[in-house]
Amino acid sequence: MQQFIFTFFNADIAARYWPDIVRSMGVTIMLSLAVVAAGLLLGLALAIVRAAQKRALVLLVVMFADIMRALPPLIIIIVLFFAFPYIDLAMSAFTATWLALTLVLAAYAEESIWAGIQSLPRGQSEAARSTGLSWWQSMLWVVLPQAMRLAVPPLTNRVISITKNTALGSVVALSEILNTAQAASSNAGSPTPLMLGAAAYLLIFIPVVLFARWLESRWRWKR
Amino acid sequence: MDALLQNFFNYQVYCDVLPFLLRGLWTTIWLSLLVIPTGVLSGLALALLSTQSRSRTVRVLVAVYVDLFRSFPPLVLLILIYFGTPFLGLELPKVVAVAIGFMFNNASYFAEVFRAGIESVPQGQMEAARSTGLSRLQALAYVVVPQATRNCLPDLLGNGIEVIKLTTIASVVALPELLRVARDAQSLVYNPSPIVLAALLYLMLLWPLVRWLSRLEHKGRALP
Repeated sequence: MQQFIFTFFNADIAARYWPDIVRSMGVTIMLSLAVVAAGLLLGLALAIVRAAQKRALVLLVVMFADIMRALPPLIIIIVLFFAFPYIDLAMSAFTATWLALTLVLAAYAEESIWAGIQSLPRGQSEAARSTGLSWWQSMLWVVLPQAMRLAVPPLTNRVISITKNTALGSVVALSEILNTAQAASSNAGSPTPLMLGAAAYLLIFIPVVLFARWLESRWRWKR
Repeated sequence: MDALLQNFFNYQVYCDVLPFLLRGLWTTIWLSLLVIPTGVLSGLALALLSTQSRSRTVRVLVAVYVDLFRSFPPLVLLILIYFGTPFLGLELPKVVAVAIGFMFNNASYFAEVFRAGIESVPQGQMEAARSTGLSRLQALAYVVVPQATRNCLPDLLGNGIEVIKLTTIASVVALPELLRVARDAQSLVYNPSPIVLAALLYLMLLWPLVRWLSRLEHKGRALP
């Protein structure tokens, strides 16, 4: 037992690498926030485009959503980071991870918001239009507020699982938590930094999961 | 345009690496066939514990387990298992490390799906089944769980797709599944076409499933 603690929870090693891990937590949090903001906005925009019901545009949005939901996020990151430089589109590890996860989140957000829009009775938008609101106004003030509410439970789950995927950035050497912890672990020849990294993830994501549960119960549609 | 064809869709490279990539695809498929059923079964077990157990402690423990693994990135879990266990004097084969990591992670996701499914079956079903003389276990097995499974079928399929996509993280511990094989091929031919080909193979495998899922979800909404 003593040996176990000495190996996995070594206080000296933890003290030495703790500052690095804290810095990498900043990268993970920044990346997560950037992905969530851009992904949700893009998804919302795509859902509105789809609601406008122009055939060609609907087809494009559906194709985009299908492809981004079918491809594993890790391979998107790897294609962006390792293959795009060959066609003179090199990007940093941060940009590649951010872009890949944003596109994936946008695809899922579009599907959830679109499902919310579709499940509203037609009468809602018809009544809004008949009061003299324009298409945009009825979308903005009547349809979207209700649709977003319906989209919250599936979206919270999706947001959590996609922000956890920021760990995939370690594969392209982005210095987020996992990559930093792994490097420190092989430097120190001890799994203690990995345990620190694991603790850092729990520190960030347990509050997020609890917040999501609270949000789901608070925003549950009252029928 | 030429650079794009040369580096992304190089026909010669495609022909050369396709046999390797197909072997990788096969590994991806059997890996999925190993980790999806174990995830489904352990998730169902957890869901039954959390909805049927009379002990508050058990229900709380299951909830803690589910939230813990919902907040833990699967890649971190895999690396912790694969690179951490040797320090315990335990050299796990790659497949075993991957299978254990996936089981811990999947169990929590499938548990949430099944819990929602079980809660969607009206209480009367259980009571009616019990009143015909079935035991609690029989009522669960023959009446409640089949209906619950049908009710959460779209979510089960959705989770299954996520798990197949997640098998790509096994490439990080050098398990030769599709993505790993493609990256090895890329470094042999100095051309990124193999990764693009791998992406196309993933699309061919998963796009039909995504379409099917969309139809299922659509049908689910049409019901009253």
